[in-house]
Amino acid sequence: MTVTEKPITVIEPSRGARFTGAAANYIDERTSISGLVKEVGRKIFPDHWSFMLGEVALYSFVAILLSGTFLTFFFEPSMTQVHYEGSYVPLKGIEMSAAYASSLDLSFDIRGGLLMRQVHHWAALLFVASIGLHMLRIFFTGAFRKPREINWFIGFVLFILAMAEGFTGYSLPDDLLSGNGLRIIDGMVKAIPLIGVWISYYVFGGEFPGTDVVPRFFTIHILILPAILVAALGVHLLLLVINKHTQFAGPGRTNENVVGVPVMPVFAAKAGGFFFIVFGVIMVIAATFTINPIWNYGPYDPSPVSAGTQPDWYIGFADGALRLAPPHLDWHIGDFTIPMGVMLPLLVLPIFLGLVAFYPFIEAWITGDKREHHILDRPRNAPTRTAIGAAGVTFYAVLWASASSDLIATHFKVTMEGTIHALQALLFIGPVVAYLVTKRVCLGLMKKDREIALHGYESGRIVRLPGGEYIEVHEQLDDYERWRLTSYNEYKPLMIRPDADGKITGNQRFRAGLSRWFFEDRIIPVSKGELESGHHGEGH
Amino acid sequence: MADDHGEAGSSAAGTAVESTAPRSVSAGTAVVPSEQIPNPGFPPHRLRVTDLDPKKDKLAERRVSGFFFLSIIGSVLAVVAYFVFPIKENDFGSVRLNTLMLGLSIALGLLGIGIGAVHWAKALMSDAEIVEMRHGTRGTDATRAKAVEVFTLGNKESGFGRRTLIRNSLFGALALTPIPAVVLFRDIAPAAQPSELLRHTLWDTDVRLTRDPSGTPIKASDVVYGSAFHVIPEGLNDAEDKLEEKAKAAVLLMRLRPEDLNEAEDRKDWSYQGIVAYSKICTHVGCPVALYEQQTHHLLCPCHQSQFDVSNHAEVIFGPASRPLPQLPIKVDAEGYLVAQSDFHEPVGPSFWERELN
Repeated sequence: MTVTEKPITVIEPSRGARFTGAAANYIDERTSISGLVKEVGRKIFPDHWSFMLGEVALYSFVAILLSGTFLTFFFEPSMTQVHYEGSYVPLKGIEMSAAYASSLDLSFDIRGGLLMRQVHHWAALLFVASIGLHMLRIFFTGAFRKPREINWFIGFVLFILAMAEGFTGYSLPDDLLSGNGLRIIDGMVKAIPLIGVWISYYVFGGEFPGTDVVPRFFTIHILILPAILVAALGVHLLLLVINKHTQFAGPGRTNENVVGVPVMPVFAAKAGGFFFIVFGVIMVIAATFTINPIWNYGPYDPSPVSAGTQPDWYIGFADGALRLAPPHLDWHIGDFTIPMGVMLPLLVLPIFLGLVAFYPFIEAWITGDKREHHILDRPRNAPTRTAIGAAGVTFYAVLWASASSDLIATHFKVTMEGTIHALQALLFIGPVVAYLVTKRVCLGLMKKDREIALHGYESGRIVRLPGGEYIEVHEQLDDYERWRLTSYNEYKPLMIRPDADGKITGNQRFRAGLSRWFFEDRIIPVSKGELESGHHGEGH
Repeated sequence: MADDHGEAGSSAAGTAVESTAPRSVSAGTAVVPSEQIPNPGFPPHRLRVTDLDPKKDKLAERRVSGFFFLSIIGSVLAVVAYFVFPIKENDFGSVRLNTLMLGLSIALGLLGIGIGAVHWAKALMSDAEIVEMRHGTRGTDATRAKAVEVFTLGNKESGFGRRTLIRNSLFGALALTPIPAVVLFRDIAPAAQPSELLRHTLWDTDVRLTRDPSGTPIKASDVVYGSAFHVIPEGLNDAEDKLEEKAKAAVLLMRLRPEDLNEAEDRKDWSYQGIVAYSKICTHVGCPVALYEQQTHHLLCPCHQSQFDVSNHAEVIFGPASRPLPQLPIKVDAEGYLVAQSDFHEPVGPSFWERELN
């Protein structure tokens, strides 16, 4: 290099700028971080309100980590029996575990302790809820399609981990409510054939309840599960960056581009600000609404129980499944017992969750589509998938409602038996009805979109023609709006064809059957030709 | 690369809509449209009031910093609240006030930053959408060839594929190394056979039935018709494994009129003048079956609504439970106190695999 260009005007940098420059140089010369900044600093994130659901999950997790860390400074994970000597008078002198006593101290003797307990609990409820909604968003928009199937699965693992975190945390205060929850887990574990009693024995370090389960759950709750969760979350976010975010169809947006705002500065400000908003809202809820008032329940004792108690919402579906099993289901095989009343829900739930976990792979197999998909489906444009989702949501919702069967009975003044029988019937009928209705609604909406794209929308303006005829004037969509309605993916059922050996395999027949189920009913997107002839035939 | 289409509007769209010529992959059963409506490109960019009106811009700037100042006030208030609203002994109201004031001021500190930052981004930062091209997730063919070469070289230089003895013995060694870690966990439970423990409770011949939780014995004459007692075996409160024993030994005692009680021949002498004792531990998953309905003589488990009919040996009449509650045979001792004739004749609580083994 011999030629050096001199800048035309030299602006002396301010002291602050000089310091920032020097610091950046110092760090870059030791980490080569400028490459990372160049790579991700202006990364584009598309904008849509539903994309924030995953952010809510992430930020409530941060709130959980922060409040949980505070709690560990005061909580004593021990089941040693002590006599309570804290400020809460009704329980003074009562024998209880150190875990319960320290949870009471956190609530009544540590300033801000109750607040942090409630932040932790509310944030946990929000965490699982936002993961659930985030998963629904991903499912119904088809964001799980290639190349994101693996990330869906990792997200599913995060969902399970979040529930496990919730349950282990719920059990730590060792109050009557959580103790009964553990008792139910103990009963479920014991139902597992061959090894159930042994697993229970290992979990509780002897007979239920023992003195080990709280310290063990504490280690699992604050060390093992968070470590796995943070690692899986890291991979989840890394894949998000690698795959780039999906976007909804819109003018100018294609499967090959991503349109949105750059990380620096807009997305960073919005997302960073949104973290503070999520945390702030959790803080307001925690400051104003009591959650899990353990002092009302008393210490764990295997004998008493209060009626109308509920698990935390995300465990409800499992508890509800237990309630719906019909009576007298124990199987006896020789001298051995299989408690099917418990095993049935224990088998149905993993099958349901397994279908959720592997749905992207199933759909990919049916469509045989190996292309990458970065444009989101509007739920209506994938009627069968949306209907399957609605059926799944209904199935989950019935199980969830069943966890409150007793409260439904008392609040609506109906019999408990009637409530259970109705829910049992709904568990089978509900998903089918939801499936059929959703599919028809989707197809109806697609037809409507097609109609609007071709003939415009009703303007509400009635015009009388010279001949005396009244018509309503239809306004045409602009190109941008029409594009939103007409650009979607469409599949046709798989044709069975003989393979190289001239045979039709059972596998292919099965796939074709599924494909027919998925894509038999379809609405073809408006084509260019149709649109042109449609414009001419105005007013029919 | 990213390019700013901003106010250029749809003129930039031409490049954006262009495809990056993806490799041809199977579209499966997807219908590839032959004459799709063309993508119209980006709509014209709309300016915000803050872009058009310097006054609004100034106002938004003030609002953003206003939110940040509110946040500062909130954080200061939180510290003040910590000291001004202490928790007083025996005063639940003070706990509530401390939680409320502390929480609301911290929330102000957080929300001020959050709302301020989002408002800044929405009102003042550039809202021009930027286009970035995607590239196939798959590595380029050259990269993949390089990766294959790395593995090939690794294989060649180590002889991993060729020296099968080394490779297979390594697999064997790796498979076995975690096993000690599994074995090390054996002692998370004591050495006893767990299913044996489940067959025995503190109940035994002549053990008195006592009230839960006080432990005072119960006279047969105290048990009037229609009453129900929560019962624990005498001496439970002093037992070493109190909670473990209570989790198996909790019993419900009820007195029914003789005409309401249908007893099997072989269990006629298990009751005393219409007083019957049943395990309180649900045979479903082990919750305490704590609700007794005096008129119908039904027991209800509040956890999963199993119902047991005390008139008929606590058989299951509703809910997910499978077996009747085990009955504790009782009698009266010389002083008129209720005592057990023996332990339960079967394991109490939830069903399990080895339950019927002897």
